[in-house]
Amino acid sequence: MAYSQRINGWLRKIPAWPLYFLLPIPGIYTFVLALLNQLGPDPLYELIRTFGERGLQLIILTLLISPIRRWTGVSLLKFRRAIGLVSFYYICSHMLVWIAIDQGWNINTIIEEIIKRPFITVGMFGFLTMVPLAITSNNYSIRRLGALVWNKIHRLVYLAGAAGVIHYLLVVKAWPMEPIVYTLIVALLLAIRLWWKINKKKKKPA
Amino acid sequence: MIKFKSEYSHADVTPKSYWLNRRKLIMGGTGAVLASPFAGSVLGKAFPSPIASPYSTDQEPHSFEDITTYNNFYEFGTRKGDPAKNAHNLTTEPWTVTIDGLCDNPGEYSVHELIEKYPIEERIYRLRCVEAWSMVVPWIGFELGKLIEDSLPDSKAKFVAFETLVRPEEMVGQRSGFLDWPYREGLRLDEAMNPLTIMSVGLYGELMPNQNGAPIRLVVPWKYGFKSIKSIVKMTFTEEMPLTSWNDQNPREYGFYSNVNPNVSHPRWSQAAERVIGTGLFAKKIPTLMFNGYEEHVAHLYEGMDLTENY
Repeated sequence: MAYSQRINGWLRKIPAWPLYFLLPIPGIYTFVLALLNQLGPDPLYELIRTFGERGLQLIILTLLISPIRRWTGVSLLKFRRAIGLVSFYYICSHMLVWIAIDQGWNINTIIEEIIKRPFITVGMFGFLTMVPLAITSNNYSIRRLGALVWNKIHRLVYLAGAAGVIHYLLVVKAWPMEPIVYTLIVALLLAIRLWWKINKKKKKPA
Repeated sequence: MIKFKSEYSHADVTPKSYWLNRRKLIMGGTGAVLASPFAGSVLGKAFPSPIASPYSTDQEPHSFEDITTYNNFYEFGTRKGDPAKNAHNLTTEPWTVTIDGLCDNPGEYSVHELIEKYPIEERIYRLRCVEAWSMVVPWIGFELGKLIEDSLPDSKAKFVAFETLVRPEEMVGQRSGFLDWPYREGLRLDEAMNPLTIMSVGLYGELMPNQNGAPIRLVVPWKYGFKSIKSIVKMTFTEEMPLTSWNDQNPREYGFYSNVNPNVSHPRWSQAAERVIGTGLFAKKIPTLMFNGYEEHVAHLYEGMDLTENY
């Protein structure tokens, strides 16, 4: 335990705010490459895919923070809000590129696609689950809602993670590696939550 | 995209005596020359004077770079850049294509024999992928129909089945089971005999780059790209409709016919429009044409068929 406390001591000295600038850098870099036509022969697809994948990676990162704390004692809690919010920015960009560039703001076909294409339906659903999380990602909301309600709302991230990987699995042909790996990771991280919940209930009557 | 625009043909670049000489070298069966990646740069193009074809589109072909770095060839990985990275490991020499099944003249031919035997043409075709992107490729090849005629399919033969090489040591994608290897494709005999259907052995006057399906592949321009099977080792005449890889993997999404059809959407995405590869981030999509614009040549093959059902 001493080890983890020492790490926590160091972590306390590191501010979380730089993450808001650091985490978007890979995305901005990809976007600049796309603008300069340096993203290969199909920049639109590459841009959409990269934004989506980065968003998913960051969602997974936020889901890792609790298990790490429980098992190692190392607390990265103070970084979670920044990671979560930047994941939302990536998902917003992912969607915005699709709406603005891929669909060219054609609202009718966009609505039609959302209804007709299951992978887009699921993706949209995932995005919507993230909206309340993003809106309440501030201290004011925690105070206003109370920790209990706030925590409940933020369990929506489980749905966001699940929707994210299902969306990925539905968009690819055949069974390529990446979406399968992400799905296994998210499934594992959600299973851990379920396991915790079951154990907690078992302990209560005793 | 680097635009390829020239009033000169490939033949104008290299003096005739030079390429005749080179052609002799290749056709003489000197496999080493054919296999050498430097052959092209030393002596000029592998196919310096292919016959121009009335079937070619007058659209500008995509750049050699676009065509050779943006590939779906799952034998070398599932990302578009994977084949360009991994396919150099493929040994394409020696290579034989086996022709068997319901025919009176089965056989085994080296790619050199086929190149020597059949008139080599340039066919500049649109390529429309089922993933709703497209490009224009200046293929080099010969009409499949001629090879079929020489194989004397018997009266029971209704289909032609094709198989890609299986060699996981060199084809990294085959070490995973994205698809059930070997990759298989098939055509109805009349589709295979259509003059648009070619066996392609090169592009841009050069030998087929490995990532594009070296040394010999099918090109069926009015069907989604996955029908144009790459790196073929076997052709079989059959009576029954043969098993085809994507249809086997997901029959609801990939039909046996898989003709380009803007009116029948893929269950997961629309096929009404396509992204033209290499035109940049903000390029507008273009509408997809029935049979990829080859309607006049192939529509008769499907007369009376419900193309929504036979997708």
